[in-house]
Amino acid sequence: MTSPLSRRGLLAGLGAAAVTAAATPAAAAPAAAGVAPVALATAGAAVAPAETGIGAATVPFHGPRQAGIAEDPPAHAAFVAFTLAAGTDKRALGRMLRLLTDDAARLTQGIPALGDTDATLAALPARLTVTFGFGPGLYRAAGLTSPVAELPAFRIDRLLPRWSGGDLLLQICADDPLTVAHTQRMMIKDARPFGSVRWVQQGFRRSPGVQAPEHTQRNVLGQLDGTANPRGPEIDPAVWNPDGSSTLVVRRVRAEIEKWDMLSVSDKENAVGRRLASGAPLSGQSERDEPNFTALDDTGLPAMPDFSHVTRAHVTDPTLKILRRPYNYDGAPDASGRPDAGLIFAAYQRDITRQYVPIQRRLAEKDLLNEWITPIGSAVFAIPPGCAENGWIGEQVLS
Amino acid sequence: MRKSRQFLTAAVLTAALSTLGLAACGSDDSASSTGTPTPAPSVTAVAATLTIKDPWVKAAGAGAMTAAFGVLVNDTDADITVAAAESPASPMELHEMTMKDGKMVMQPKEGGFVIKAKGTHELSPGGDHLMLMKPAKAIEAGDEVSFTLKLGDGSTVPFTAIAKPFAGAGESYDPGMTMGSAAP
Repeated sequence: MTSPLSRRGLLAGLGAAAVTAAATPAAAAPAAAGVAPVALATAGAAVAPAETGIGAATVPFHGPRQAGIAEDPPAHAAFVAFTLAAGTDKRALGRMLRLLTDDAARLTQGIPALGDTDATLAALPARLTVTFGFGPGLYRAAGLTSPVAELPAFRIDRLLPRWSGGDLLLQICADDPLTVAHTQRMMIKDARPFGSVRWVQQGFRRSPGVQAPEHTQRNVLGQLDGTANPRGPEIDPAVWNPDGSSTLVVRRVRAEIEKWDMLSVSDKENAVGRRLASGAPLSGQSERDEPNFTALDDTGLPAMPDFSHVTRAHVTDPTLKILRRPYNYDGAPDASGRPDAGLIFAAYQRDITRQYVPIQRRLAEKDLLNEWITPIGSAVFAIPPGCAENGWIGEQVLS
Repeated sequence: MRKSRQFLTAAVLTAALSTLGLAACGSDDSASSTGTPTPAPSVTAVAATLTIKDPWVKAAGAGAMTAAFGVLVNDTDADITVAAAESPASPMELHEMTMKDGKMVMQPKEGGFVIKAKGTHELSPGGDHLMLMKPAKAIEAGDEVSFTLKLGDGSTVPFTAIAKPFAGAGESYDPGMTMGSAAP
């Protein structure tokens, strides 16, 4: 206790952070805390000589739209949902969001948050993004009409309260799990006066460098997941409102892997409507081929079965597409070895009722894949626009 | 140890030199103030020289001691002394941390904080800080609190700090008061 303190005092007095930090790495954190990015870079170099392009990469925080949506998803994510404390009114929400915006603006750029007690952990942002979502309860607390409503009940749902709902969501993504952990910790500390943690869902995708960027991810059932996403110019009309806002559906979908294991490859492919290896629709040759629902197979039956996941989820109108940004989860198996694994299904779209609900309704009615997946959590959030450097997330809604 | 002693000597010398410089500035100010008071130019001049970077204040309940932090940046070629701090939120003192009976305690900083020419001075939990002795009302997380630093030459530097919930770096006040643990 005493040693770091006196070192810190000496360091501040010397004002020669670079030299001292190099000599005593333990003292680099206080030097970096709150000082300019230049000083941070110096301290970072002393602390983390093995820094790579992946660790140092940043995604801009400020702008008319929030980050963490249209970018290629980083490898790790924590979805952190809060329940607002009773009496958290519009003014208090403004205070909370100023604080959290400030944290996110700094941490995403590799700068410690104000009062960051582990400032060294901020040095490698690894494409960190923090995306804010407002649940219906936040609008209620502010005395405003919510632009999003809870989803209708689907017959396949087995929703658990511990994975459902939420007044405020922070979607924290980075290519490094320690960066995600530090950001989650820092922001929960600053949110604490305003609410409690409702649930946290931590997930992962392939590590950076393992596959080419913008590849389609495999989920824990081995399926390519996200082939039908809007791409390039399709993203804007599907995801973004003119004011820079959007909406998010987060569903926790448990994979019944033990049952899935019992299927043959062709049964699995029929359930999905795609080849497992290539991701090609059963009517085509390669992953990006448009499924042909009139094509017949050798036996004269539709190549794309009516009950397959792709057939049920397919959307032709690009403005009705949803942007899937899912993360896998894989918790500890139980004593008998049964996995606790599945998908944190995150879908961005302009309008949940117009885009997401019809797809989910068709899947709930008749999707063979329902035999092997179970929705156990569900939450909806409005995604407010981004903010400028002197602004804060939510200012358009709560000012 | 050797290094820090050398530094201390240098600091004393620099401080002595800059005191002369500041005294000269001060007499200029008093000369002009006999005519029309011109606070605006002097504030502008100082604002360009001493700044506070990344200011924040620890949220606290009404009447509970708390502190403000940040990095004082002196871009001038002369040392600058922060002699006092004021805030509409609370009576204030400048505090330092010091070792007393084997324990880090805080106490008022005699002579204020001296920020060396082209230097920075960190105010941080567990280090030097601007103490709010008794906030009239609660300083809530996310509040923006106004402060004014009073410099050795009589000029002032206003700034605003955001309030953060903070439970780190538990500190003991010299008279034996404990802070940190009770704050949100």
